[in-house]
Amino acid sequence: MSSVQTKADKAREVLNEQTLKMVHWHFSDKTGSPFWLEKKAELKFDPLTEVKSFEDLKKFPLFEDDWLRGGPVRRWVPQGLAGKPVYVFETGGTTGVPKSRAVVEDHWTDYELFSHTLPEKYFPKGANWLMLGPSGPRRLRLAVEHLAQYRGGICFCIDLDPRWVVKLIKKGWMEHLEAYKQHCVDQAVTVLTANHDVKCMFATPKLLESLGEALEEKGTSLPEMGITGIFSGGTEFTPQWTRYAVEELLGGPPEEGGVYMTPTYGNTLMGLACSKPVTAEDNYKISYYAPQPRAVTEVVDMDDHTQVVGYGETGRVKLYTLTDEFFVPGFLERDEGEREAPYDTYPWDGVSGVRPYHKLASGTTVGVY
Amino acid sequence: MLHLPALRWGKPYESLDKQNVVHFATGEPIAEVSQIGGGIVQRDLRKAHKAREALLQLPISDLIERCKKAAVLFETAELPMGDGTQTVDQFVHQQSASTGLPEHMCVSNMGKNAFVLAHIDQIIDCLTRGLDLSILSRGYGEEGRGVTVSYQAQTPILGAVLPNNSPGVHTLWLPAVPLQIGLALKPGSQEPWTPYRMISAFIEAGIPREAFSLYPGGHDAGGAIMANTAKSMIFGSAQTLQQHAGNPRVQAHGPGFSKILIGDDVVDDWPQFLDLMVESVLSNSGRSCINCSGIWASRHTREIGQAIAERIGPVDVLPPADPESQLAAFTVPAMATGTWAMVQQDLKESGVTDLTAEYGEKLIEKEHCAYLRPMVVHAESPACEVASKEYMFPFVSVVECPQDQMVKKIGSTLIGTVLTRDEKLIEEASRSVEIDRLNIGPIATNRLNWLQPHEGNIIEFLFRNRAYQMADMPVAANS
Repeated sequence: MSSVQTKADKAREVLNEQTLKMVHWHFSDKTGSPFWLEKKAELKFDPLTEVKSFEDLKKFPLFEDDWLRGGPVRRWVPQGLAGKPVYVFETGGTTGVPKSRAVVEDHWTDYELFSHTLPEKYFPKGANWLMLGPSGPRRLRLAVEHLAQYRGGICFCIDLDPRWVVKLIKKGWMEHLEAYKQHCVDQAVTVLTANHDVKCMFATPKLLESLGEALEEKGTSLPEMGITGIFSGGTEFTPQWTRYAVEELLGGPPEEGGVYMTPTYGNTLMGLACSKPVTAEDNYKISYYAPQPRAVTEVVDMDDHTQVVGYGETGRVKLYTLTDEFFVPGFLERDEGEREAPYDTYPWDGVSGVRPYHKLASGTTVGVY
Repeated sequence: MLHLPALRWGKPYESLDKQNVVHFATGEPIAEVSQIGGGIVQRDLRKAHKAREALLQLPISDLIERCKKAAVLFETAELPMGDGTQTVDQFVHQQSASTGLPEHMCVSNMGKNAFVLAHIDQIIDCLTRGLDLSILSRGYGEEGRGVTVSYQAQTPILGAVLPNNSPGVHTLWLPAVPLQIGLALKPGSQEPWTPYRMISAFIEAGIPREAFSLYPGGHDAGGAIMANTAKSMIFGSAQTLQQHAGNPRVQAHGPGFSKILIGDDVVDDWPQFLDLMVESVLSNSGRSCINCSGIWASRHTREIGQAIAERIGPVDVLPPADPESQLAAFTVPAMATGTWAMVQQDLKESGVTDLTAEYGEKLIEKEHCAYLRPMVVHAESPACEVASKEYMFPFVSVVECPQDQMVKKIGSTLIGTVLTRDEKLIEEASRSVEIDRLNIGPIATNRLNWLQPHEGNIIEFLFRNRAYQMADMPVAANS
């Protein structure tokens, strides 16, 4: 048996244990959340006795993200965490009521785990960070700030409101969109040129390319400004975009240009999936691996979400969240991709080629964020 | 399968993102096209000045000769095309297959584009009103009346976000090249053929390849072209026109709402204009902005409409290779069903009559595409909403309107053909700011004289006429 298979088997055992633990946490009267305790009454099975492994989560109906729209948001907070300070992070909300997720410390934990995957050479401990992306009611600012602090640095933040961006695009106000993007980028340039010793940063792909261009117009570049580590994320982070960024914006691969860039994939529901290192030799293929056992991604059949597709085959991304703050027993993401095999660093299934689900893609507005 | 790379100032660039161009009837892929993101476009456009510098190495007279050579190559030669080559027959088949245009219309559009390039010296001569072209290169010169004139190029390149299915409109950007202005084009996803072939012909004719960028891609690429070029063209809907209205950086081309106005003095003789009206409505499957979408007269409007309906109502779907084929397919079937729903709404209005009702079903749905068969509707007054509609198939409203109200009520009109000998009506039409291109007399709306400006004079768009004064420098006293 290969060492990857051995590790994969072990990871499965850990996942099964986590599943049992979380189901008992969320469905026990003493520790569960009002939402799940109420939901339990509607189920045709008893999760406390009939869920014995991760596979048994498929007995649950799909999680509907619309459940997160509107209050009271306290119904999501498990009794076991009563008394702890609660954050509310929002997602969506271009039209109608945004989805809200109650969080205690998950955003910190997600980013601490992510921190351990960052190469020290390019993300040196103690370095200061720049966060160029959405803050406001989203978790990203606080999470990236925590990442910087966890690594001993200080984070400089620049806000971008993605809801305003989507409105500008829908109205066709492209000059306003450009002006708003420039407004954000100008602030980033100011921070980078103000002797704050920033070495690492988060930016959305579009803002990163605009920042790179803005610096080049000033006769400098991201590497020359001292940036050595970048993480970015989302379905906009495609192999072709990565190739462009590496070849033309960052001066080549890390060993030549001196900048390491890593993509991430995630959301308020699941947390943060890390990427296998992206290389030119592999045609800049991007494969994400969820932080098991806290979260799981599966690639499932387009028509039957209980069936995982074969390795290399295309399907819809299905998410599971198994933390003591939040329980998602299967949610169909608005993305599709190819199922990737486990490998040494992440001995569980991954997903590559993530892109908007083709049946929903035409209705999705992709903006700066 | 043929691969079409992006062109970055003449250098081919194969992207990791590729999109198939597919056959409209079968869904089979015909070619794959590299897709470019806005970042690359923005980056490249910072070097746009090099495109103009490359073109300035050749005098305009030389570029004109090379354009004429390119016209011949475009229309007759087997040309390099991506990782393969393309003959004329292949071009016609491929363009028809991806756009849904019948092949003979592709040939006709090809001829239109080649004609403009072959006569580019006369066209530029007319557009510049006979200016010595070296003045455009040098920026100033003597016009011959003892006056120094100056034309300042407003941009090193012309950007263009090109349409999907109207190969004839490429005539609009062609004059930029001999004017020593480079090009950054985003080809339409279903009609990459004309810009690729034209640029291939330009390069084969000896025009510097550094002058050309082609950025196939999504809205992101188009947006980057529009945002990063001082002068650009875009083709789209009425909404697109509205978005760019009054923006001096953008020349927006949308629906034309072209019309024929028949004066009271000749309307009793309307049958002698029937061929002209049918051609204006039906040519190029009614897709062009220069197709007639409204015929206005004070009387005989029902008879006029019925006579046109008798001619175009029976027109039916034929295979694209059939030389008699008059209808282009909607390659996105939802566009046809959506358009049909709007037409049905129009027909519900009081005072509107479908004169083609007796000629059978209008919406023809196939597996991968759909068609709309020609329609003629009668509007008993200009107040009917259909009087100001234009659709992407042969569709015309025949509108009853007193002559003294016509010019006031026709609204925006790209091509106005006025059939009259009445000096008052001619004068009124000539003074109207609603009519862009004016034809007085029996000229079909689709018959363009290329020695006239079309939808804005490109010279006025790309160059600024400015003051330029010169005096001899005094000689130093101690020299």
